[in-house]
Amino acid sequence: MRFMVMVKATKDSEAGVLPDEKILTAMGKFNEELVKAGVMLAGEGLQASSKGARVRFKGSKRTVVDGPFAETKELIAGFWLWHVKSKEEAIEWVKRCPNPFSGESEIEIRQVFEAEDFGAEFTPELREQEERLRAQLAAKKK
Amino acid sequence: MTASATHSAIDAVWRIESAKVIAALARRVRDVGLAEELAQDALVAALETWPGTGVPDKPGAWLMATAKNRALDHFRRGKLLERKHEELAGEMELEQEMAAADLEAALIDHMDDDIGDDLLRLVFVACHPVLSTEARAALTLRLLCGLATDEIARAFLVPEPTIAQRIVRAKRTLAETRVPFEVPRKDELAARLASVLEVVYLVFNEGYSATAGDDWMRPALCEEALRLGRILAELVPNEPEVHGVVALMEIQASRAGARVGPSGEPILLLDQDRARWDHLLVRRGLAALARAEQLGGRLGSYALQAAIAACHARARTAAETDWVRIAALYDALAQIAPSPVVELNRAVAVAMAFGPAEGLALVDALAAEPALKTYHLLPAVQLGRLDEARAEFERAASLTRNSREKKLLLDRAAASHKFRVVK
Repeated sequence: MRFMVMVKATKDSEAGVLPDEKILTAMGKFNEELVKAGVMLAGEGLQASSKGARVRFKGSKRTVVDGPFAETKELIAGFWLWHVKSKEEAIEWVKRCPNPFSGESEIEIRQVFEAEDFGAEFTPELREQEERLRAQLAAKKK
Repeated sequence: MTASATHSAIDAVWRIESAKVIAALARRVRDVGLAEELAQDALVAALETWPGTGVPDKPGAWLMATAKNRALDHFRRGKLLERKHEELAGEMELEQEMAAADLEAALIDHMDDDIGDDLLRLVFVACHPVLSTEARAALTLRLLCGLATDEIARAFLVPEPTIAQRIVRAKRTLAETRVPFEVPRKDELAARLASVLEVVYLVFNEGYSATAGDDWMRPALCEEALRLGRILAELVPNEPEVHGVVALMEIQASRAGARVGPSGEPILLLDQDRARWDHLLVRRGLAALARAEQLGGRLGSYALQAAIAACHARARTAAETDWVRIAALYDALAQIAPSPVVELNRAVAVAMAFGPAEGLALVDALAAEPALKTYHLLPAVQLGRLDEARAEFERAASLTRNSREKKLLLDRAAASHKFRVVK
């Protein structure tokens, strides 16, 4: 199964302060370990929310809100996608991770949905939509 | 932490650490079977201790230290006079390590230095050609993936005692034939590596052939094989075929969500909804293939198969498939790994690239091939002759052992009046 492992933002990361060399080295080593263990599928660091934006939906209306966003602790500063056997394995790996910031920080682990998780939720409408797409594809082939 | 939570945590630690512990011990005790038993002893100790004390800060180091202590006990119990020189050397090394003042720090440092080499040795020993392919697969899943005997048995649809026997015999064979705990020399490396990759790909295919309703351990074999492949790619980064097999598995795995319909029926590659492919895995597969290609030299059979899979993966629609390139790749594959099945696939690619007549000429030549008499897909390939297609699909259906595939072929036979080659 897969987990998205998210490093939560801090005041520093939101201020655009880059991690110091010591943390970068330790993180590099940890990433190398993840790759060697066949666990890491993907991973990226994210820039401060001041460089991002949000799109809010209300019915059919869309409103764009530019960053930065206030609730620092709820923001994400980086993420990995891991391939592990269980949530416990993901937790064990996170415990081996160096503290991504100096001071207090938090890493959140969330399981990724796999196709089979949608068994019952794959509604008739979705199926119909898919069949329409298939028909369009088939028409293109002819 | 509740007892069951601790057990789950121990499972997870075992998953991460067991291969390293076994590998590190095997180099010192010179016996993979014994190393695994000692590691298991350490696991039992953890199961007894950790529910009371909690999981230690460095669980890997704890397991390693405990296992090494068991190894020392084992050595001391042995009769001193009968001991082999190398065992004594192993014991001395262990004693020095255990005497180190800052034990944990010493262990961690030590692991960082050597563990890659030890793991690689363990891979080569578990996949040694003195063992049958089945034995290699079972031993590899046990030693390198940390799977329990019952998990392996469920995955391969065989009774647990069969797998237990297989593993015991494999360990005995390794001990009796004195297979050294070493990475093969340069002149042997290619052949030994082939033996390893064969096991990895076999495990993958076993998982890939699982059907709905099978025990979940079966499809999980794909994930185990992928993990093994990814680990190998880092252990021997300069071997193109390792990246080739990884690329092949990543790309095949990317289609897992698209290859089965809502009622469990198989969907052929060209009919699959490409939006349902896992594009992260596709990207990883293409990257692994690029690594194989960058290393230079002629592509091996896994890399060539991956290159073929990549042609499909790169096409946004079935109609955009580069059949000319696929035909050329099959041509290259037929040269280094000739087989009637490869020839058959080449014929299909040629038909798709240059028209049915060209392909059929190749297929007809193949039909005389005795090895293909019972290959159920041959008749299905004889497309283009619509009047014959129905009978061919029925014959194909009667030859396949997979019931889902059978239904697919029978459906095709029923629909053969409107059947046409998608091009």
